[in-house]
Amino acid sequence: MKEMIYTVMRGGSLLFGLSVLTFTLVYYSPVDPIQAYIGGGTYMTEDQRQQLEEKWGLNDHPVQQYVRWATALLGGDFGQSTIYQRPVSTLIQERAGATLLLMTVAWTVSGLFGFTLGVWAAVSRGRMIDRLIRWYSYIQASVPTFWLGLLLLMIFSVYLQWFPVGLSAPPGKLLANVTWGDRLYHLWLPALTLSVIGTAQVTLHTREKMINVLESDYVLFAKARGASTGQIVKRHGLKNAVLPALMLHFSYVGELFGGSVLAEQVFSYPGLGAMVTEAGLKADVPLLLGIVLCSSVFVFIGNVCADFLKQWIDPRTKKRVSYDAIE
Amino acid sequence: MRLNERQKMMVALFTSSLLLLLLISCGWLLSDDGLQTNGALKNEPPSLAHWFGTDWLGRDMFTRVLKGLQLSLGVGLLGAIIGVTLAFVLGMLAGTFGGWVDAVIGWCIDLFIGMPHLIFIILIAFSVGGGMKGIVLGVGLTHWPSLARLIRAEVQALRQAEYMLVAEQLGRTKWQMSREHLFPHLFPHLIIGFVLLFPHAILHEAALTFLGFGLSVQTPAIGIILSEALHHISTGHWWLTLIPGGVLLLVVKSFDEVGERLKQLLRPQTSQQ
Amino acid sequence: MIKVNDLSVTFTQYEGWWTQRRVSVLHDVSLAIHEREIVAIIGASGSGKSILAHALLGLLPENAHLSGDMRFRGEVLTDRLQRTLRGTVIHFIPQSVNFLDPLQRVGKQVQWGRSKACAIVEQRDLFHRYGLSSTVAELYPHELSGGMRRRVLFATAMHNTTQCIIADEPTPGVHPSILKAMLDDFMRLREEGVSILFITHDLMAALRVADRVYIMKDGRVVEEAQPSQFVGRGESLVHSYTKNLWRALPENEFSVEEEFHVTSE
Repeated sequence: MKEMIYTVMRGGSLLFGLSVLTFTLVYYSPVDPIQAYIGGGTYMTEDQRQQLEEKWGLNDHPVQQYVRWATALLGGDFGQSTIYQRPVSTLIQERAGATLLLMTVAWTVSGLFGFTLGVWAAVSRGRMIDRLIRWYSYIQASVPTFWLGLLLLMIFSVYLQWFPVGLSAPPGKLLANVTWGDRLYHLWLPALTLSVIGTAQVTLHTREKMINVLESDYVLFAKARGASTGQIVKRHGLKNAVLPALMLHFSYVGELFGGSVLAEQVFSYPGLGAMVTEAGLKADVPLLLGIVLCSSVFVFIGNVCADFLKQWIDPRTKKRVSYDAIE
Repeated sequence: MRLNERQKMMVALFTSSLLLLLLISCGWLLSDDGLQTNGALKNEPPSLAHWFGTDWLGRDMFTRVLKGLQLSLGVGLLGAIIGVTLAFVLGMLAGTFGGWVDAVIGWCIDLFIGMPHLIFIILIAFSVGGGMKGIVLGVGLTHWPSLARLIRAEVQALRQAEYMLVAEQLGRTKWQMSREHLFPHLFPHLIIGFVLLFPHAILHEAALTFLGFGLSVQTPAIGIILSEALHHISTGHWWLTLIPGGVLLLVVKSFDEVGERLKQLLRPQTSQQ
Repeated sequence: MIKVNDLSVTFTQYEGWWTQRRVSVLHDVSLAIHEREIVAIIGASGSGKSILAHALLGLLPENAHLSGDMRFRGEVLTDRLQRTLRGTVIHFIPQSVNFLDPLQRVGKQVQWGRSKACAIVEQRDLFHRYGLSSTVAELYPHELSGGMRRRVLFATAMHNTTQCIIADEPTPGVHPSILKAMLDDFMRLREEGVSILFITHDLMAALRVADRVYIMKDGRVVEEAQPSQFVGRGESLVHSYTKNLWRALPENEFSVEEEFHVTSE
């Protein structure tokens, strides 16, 4: 219980720190929000400009501005997007579902594949299949996400023409009329890209953990007691190797969000990732800040899940013999 | 001759290093002529004259890709220097002084990994107004935490080692002890950290330019080349996509290989394999 | 029951960054364990006793190379035979508690390798026999005391089908009363027809139960002796190492000669 409070407190302080950090970074940006707002071609009188500065409170002290922004944030008000002229919170709500779906599918698929391949490689260590899996994962770990997306797009959309180039729903269809079939159809390629990208890390990590387990004295003893490879994997592998790998996979959630930014850009998939790119390029500060904080929450949730998982599986942490104490 | 694992490792290390050197010097020696648009040579598939083909403006893709890699390597180098320096200084401070210094640095580390890398880099690029500066700073400022943690742990372990305690009792100053024991021990970690930062830096540079942050479209950068390829993807000119990305992968993989092999060589546990 | 002839084991290792070399850990070891017999192997740590146990069970790592001949009841001990014998006919008692899975309850670990129908009953009986209360079964290895872990490891080896036990340093650190119980257990098992290979560096414990004793040093068997030979100043012992080992015991007033060092290898 104490640990739980500590975790939450620390998380809170980190979110506060992050909000200060992001606000400072954006505040000192040389990009002029007003210029970005009205666009290059439009003319604006000095009066109009001053009015706008007044309205947005741009002339106040930065701390004042931060406090105003943060207070509004706590009340759920992320401000008004300058590109879309709509509340940021509404925009995020609209888009978060698509990104969440994409990330969940990719996370689950890459996790399942990664675990399986990792365990398989570890038990057949040194043999052909292990070399193949390892070789594949090493290559995979360095493949740029957006390039893989481009290749898949080229193969499936351009050559095979199985999928359209872009958009998560058919254009011209109202949001309410979009069926689950449509969604899955457009989800397929970005999800495939992110699943493939995510698999490598889990595979290599699971393999490494599993090999440590297989080289441990307790597995040697299990062999001495006549246990089969299957029994060893089931009895010792799952708790000692696969769950740590699952922990790593939880902390991978943040990187997955980064990956979905790229995948959404390639496949014009309308999620948070594509929107953050747009916000950054068009200097939509409230939207940018909103999504950045949103992504931190993803990371935070992933880490908390990993922490709880660790406490749940390892009886040694329950008895307050934490790893920190051992260090 | 049948090579043992260790010998294979050395061969891989050598090959990767050689390949990287070759690519770097190639980019250096190439003239900029290939970057000019040429209406007579549009959309040529790869041939002897144009190894990587030409794009819709008749620019030679081989030149563009190699010049782009040049840029990637430059960004990687600067970013890695920033990252390693930060990691070294903060890791040393946290490990040496402990206490609240350690707590503050630990909190900063958690803060910096509290956001997806790419999002953070976008934010930093936005903060400095884009351009090369944004990319270099973005890459440098986001990649130090894991190395800093490693250095912190190493420093802590070393400080508790018996010979350090003895040295302290013998009246060695902290600086003398650091010079005699810490630096020689940390140096390999820094080199490996430096080499392993490269692939991340290069991949993020490409990702950032791909998304359109920072550089003008005329700049030969892998990300920009691939983003143009995305816009022309429906033409089916495969070489515009496949080759630049493939070369990028090759470079990233080579750096990774060099770093990982060095790591294995400098780690005594592998002597059993 | 088990016969070993000229067994040698080498490991491949790297020397520096480039070349491999072979490190020899057992040299031409020959020994025999007859039916219904307790055979002790005495040696300092690093003398190769554990390697010998692992070789018999087929548990050596992949960079190990074996030569020589091992037989079980006349049959050559192949990988395959070892696999069928392990956990059924031959049982192993390991030397350290690292051999228990840190994330599994000890009761469950004792139940493994037994038929589903009677696993729980057998485990309860064994815990009772070794003086472990029934709540211990629900604990994790790190929650047990050293002596309790030893008893748990002992319990894992006790099956109805056991005909041979290879015990690798099962006794260090246990309380004298538990040590006595363990040694009594060995003798009881011998009565029941089980052969035991008792690997230890505790010469006194070995002499209390063993029918024959092998002395190992630096990967070689230097002497085979009867417990009855360990009397007086050890005049009937052949090898000087054995004599020193005997004379170094506290009961024999530490009459250590110059050249003898227990820990030096």
